[in-house]
Amino acid sequence: MDKPFDVVVVGGGHAGCEAAYAAAKMGSRVLLITMNMNTIAQMSCNPAMGGIAKGQIVREIDALGGMSGIVTDETMIQFKMLNRSKGPAMWSPRAQSDRMRFAESWRLKLEQNENVSFWQDMATRVDVKNDKVVGIETQLGMYFHCKSIVLTNGTFLNGIIHIGEKNFGGGRTAEKAAKGITENLVALGFDSGRMKTGTPPRVDGRSLNYSLMEAQPGDENPSKFSFKDTKRLTEQRDCYLTYTNEEVHDILKTGFEKSPMFQGRIQGLGPRYCPSIEDKITRFAQRERHQIFVEPEGWNTVEVYVNGFSTSLPEDVQMKALRKIKGFESAKMFRPGYAIEYDFFSPQQLKNTLETKLIENLYFAGQINGTTGYEEAACQGLMAGINAHLKVSGIKPFVLQRNEAYIGVLIDDLITKGTNEPYRMFTSRAEYRILLRQDNADLRLTRLGHEIGLADDDRLDRVKRKEEEVKKLVSEFHQESISPEDINPIIISKGGSPISQKQKMYSLLQRPELGLADFGFSKTLADLLFLDDKSDILEQSEIQTKYQGYIEKEEEFAKKLLKLDNIKLKENFDYSLLKSISAEAKEKLTKIKPQTLGQASRINGVTPSDISNIMLFLE
Amino acid sequence: MLNFSRPAAGSKRQNIIFALMEGLRQFAASNDTIIAPATAPGVSAIAVIRLSGKDAINKCNDVFTKNILDVKSHTLHFGNIADGERIIDEVLVSVFKAPHSYTAENTIEISCHGSPYIQQEIIKLFLQKGVRMAEPGEFTLRAFYNGKLDLSQAEAVADLIHSTSESEHQMAISQIRGGFSNEIKKLREEIIRFASLIELELDFSEEDVEFADRSDFINLLNKTQAAIQKLIDSFIAGNVFKNGVPVAIVGKPNVGKSTLLNALLNEERAIVSSIAGTTRDTIEDEINIKGIKFRFVDTAGIRETTDEIESIGIEKTFEKIKQASIVLYLLDPSTPQQELDSIRKSFTDKSDSNKRRLIFIFNKTDLSIPFIAKGNDILFISAKEKTGIEKVKDQLISLVNLGQVKVGDIIVSNSRHYDALTRAQQSLDTVLKGIQNKLPTDLVAIDIRSAMFELGSITGQVSTDDLLDSIFRNFCVGK
Repeated sequence: MDKPFDVVVVGGGHAGCEAAYAAAKMGSRVLLITMNMNTIAQMSCNPAMGGIAKGQIVREIDALGGMSGIVTDETMIQFKMLNRSKGPAMWSPRAQSDRMRFAESWRLKLEQNENVSFWQDMATRVDVKNDKVVGIETQLGMYFHCKSIVLTNGTFLNGIIHIGEKNFGGGRTAEKAAKGITENLVALGFDSGRMKTGTPPRVDGRSLNYSLMEAQPGDENPSKFSFKDTKRLTEQRDCYLTYTNEEVHDILKTGFEKSPMFQGRIQGLGPRYCPSIEDKITRFAQRERHQIFVEPEGWNTVEVYVNGFSTSLPEDVQMKALRKIKGFESAKMFRPGYAIEYDFFSPQQLKNTLETKLIENLYFAGQINGTTGYEEAACQGLMAGINAHLKVSGIKPFVLQRNEAYIGVLIDDLITKGTNEPYRMFTSRAEYRILLRQDNADLRLTRLGHEIGLADDDRLDRVKRKEEEVKKLVSEFHQESISPEDINPIIISKGGSPISQKQKMYSLLQRPELGLADFGFSKTLADLLFLDDKSDILEQSEIQTKYQGYIEKEEEFAKKLLKLDNIKLKENFDYSLLKSISAEAKEKLTKIKPQTLGQASRINGVTPSDISNIMLFLE
Repeated sequence: MLNFSRPAAGSKRQNIIFALMEGLRQFAASNDTIIAPATAPGVSAIAVIRLSGKDAINKCNDVFTKNILDVKSHTLHFGNIADGERIIDEVLVSVFKAPHSYTAENTIEISCHGSPYIQQEIIKLFLQKGVRMAEPGEFTLRAFYNGKLDLSQAEAVADLIHSTSESEHQMAISQIRGGFSNEIKKLREEIIRFASLIELELDFSEEDVEFADRSDFINLLNKTQAAIQKLIDSFIAGNVFKNGVPVAIVGKPNVGKSTLLNALLNEERAIVSSIAGTTRDTIEDEINIKGIKFRFVDTAGIRETTDEIESIGIEKTFEKIKQASIVLYLLDPSTPQQELDSIRKSFTDKSDSNKRRLIFIFNKTDLSIPFIAKGNDILFISAKEKTGIEKVKDQLISLVNLGQVKVGDIIVSNSRHYDALTRAQQSLDTVLKGIQNKLPTDLVAIDIRSAMFELGSITGQVSTDDLLDSIFRNFCVGK
């Protein structure tokens, strides 16, 4: 018998790649089983990484030592910092990616890691002894002994693709579905469900008339995702904005009687924030137009992604409707849009390490948990890979709290509340938005990532340097006095009330109307302002100064939260003993088996008085 | 999210919660059957005695002339309660089977004749059979423990049990019925609407939707704040119903303070003489005028033996005034106008003067006529002859400003709720300021969240899912 693998990762999407890379980097022998080696790290939907809340997640993955940020930086064709006009908690990096290069870069990263082995095949059965993982079986009849398994099957489990009245098995366009695993897991006692998502058509860029659309360029001074020294973009590709119109809507409506959604052929729940175009024109019938973002798929390819036009209507209807969009008059389609239904497993069956409660050393990550989005999948893969490695190495698990990272919010939400529709991250899901910023992801997480052996020394050195430099700069803000003559003209020009005597730069910076850029005359900043490589030090110091009061306020709240999260609950606690809590609460507590009182308090249907009752029985 | 630091001992309400909690701990072990009269003590036509516990039906069956072991729940049975051969009373027995009773346990209610003797004999009989006398509030405690009442209902029942005036009773009743919750539900909807508009701007800033402009926000906010203020005001009124309006009687020694007090209380128990400082008996210090309770502050002080004017002292008087919301300033008829003016001035100088109402009362008008002072706040009485006392009562009532709140209206009666509402209101003040100062929306959202958190402690938390639901329902978002 071969020496068993420490970690087998099934699936080579965003979750699988991060899982395999992290576990291998930390020292595990990893086998990545994928149905097609040519589609590793395939962006199945839009060619973009990041966005609001999602960009923060990519920064967190990077800070911990994951690869999504670096791969994105190396392969992006456009960068934008969204929400610049809002406070720093909302600044969200977003990149348009070169789809083919993204996949290539990821594959090469994995290949460069000698702990990663590959096998192209379909995993069909998780082998379990005494409720613990012992091996995995494939369609070709291979059997791999292993200590742990991370399942990242994406939309492939019994996937069915719908286009109009046609439907066929498939995990992604032109790729077959995965069979066997669902039935295997259900036999082991897992509950499965069905979800749905969709994607728009891809068209030929050469057939579009961009002069009729609005160009959407990237940022003038593009930033990037990784905290390491990846390069900034010097050249970017534009996206374009156009709109649907009533003529487009009318044509789409002719396809409704063949729509798999409206005819009930699709049972699974789809994401409300990612509605198909047919959904949009039905639910918001009063709207005369909807935005269409025209996104290039790479530096060189002519393929274009029609963002905003997700649909599963018959392909001829898609085509006809598309051509009525301004700029699309002679559009040629490469691939039609489609809807896909797939199996998922309620994440309430997981622990906070993403290990299943039923089977030891079995981990789930990504869409199999009912989530959607590359970033959501990648961070789960990262956490599952880390924890699979730690578990088989006999090291204590690695869990992030809700006040530490969006990743912590995401996993806690999933395992505590479960999800009915594909779960996507929003900043509003985080209680402590001001703490979980993209600019401080490294300050929050790199030390933790280094401790577990994932983030390298270079990352730690960078964080230490950043901390020191920011501290020094902020203390200089405290010391330097600014005279009214220097600052009043700026204050007045911005409509603020002028100062009458010298004031510390620190307190002036806290005024809403002033920012660091207004202090070009100050001796503290004189040289720094023009140094490109100091920009993140300046930004960090400014944020810490301007928003100090808010940051402290949220830290206070977070402390309160942690109190409940530090109260551990016994896994075998018998909730039926608590007569005074509602039947609903009892049922959910018994099913979810919260690990802490804090988690219990976040379960829907568990009230504060239920929590106080549980507390009574703890002491 | 809930903040579960234990409530500091202190407020009455918190003590009740605590007692409930502590009771639960002990009760968890005990499963016995308890008994207590369910109607007020004293002679009445009918009295009700209640038993609750696993063996309530068995135990009653033992002493009842009819077999009630196999009867249906919610049935009424006529028969005798007997101690062996000796019939104690002819009674009606109501049977409630678990969990369909107030306590969710087997419950028996015996309607017997109202004589205290009969009640006593029946209870004694059950005590001999191994039933235990219930602790005060234990039925409610069991109801709460068994999941029949939520915390705020249990608190309301505790209030009901301790309520002493009609209005207080009404208020407790309406809270049990959940009227309060409906009002808060409306408020919750308002705030979800507001917060989801804010979140829309943050999480969906890239979407092609129309964001509310600042003046819309301010309008919505004003509406929400008005709704909260109404509830806050109702607490102040509610507090009046429950705790009574604190009234201070002040004035120089021997001006007739205890005589007035006695006249108001309409009793002669205090020893009253014309020598200052001879008051020493303790008497009740509450009166109920037209359903509203007034509580006299520091009546012991009024009756304290003091022969030196200095010992009463200005400071002590102010101390007393601080605790009151109405001050009865008793004056001798010989008091000159100047003095009256200076007292009035010293009151209006106080920053909080508008919270306190002042009534000048010239006493001893039977002995001499005062100079002609006029004003809405001036009354003339003779405490000794009990003339003008009704006018004092009328004046007291008219000074209790309950706004639009009437007895029986839905009102906040719980100090925990009041505190939460007040803190929510403060957070919304900060939100308003933030919007006016054009603060970034994510910072404004911090205070909206703390307002939602506070309100959440009353009717359940507003979760992100609630906000997202509202957004997805009302806006076309998503690519």
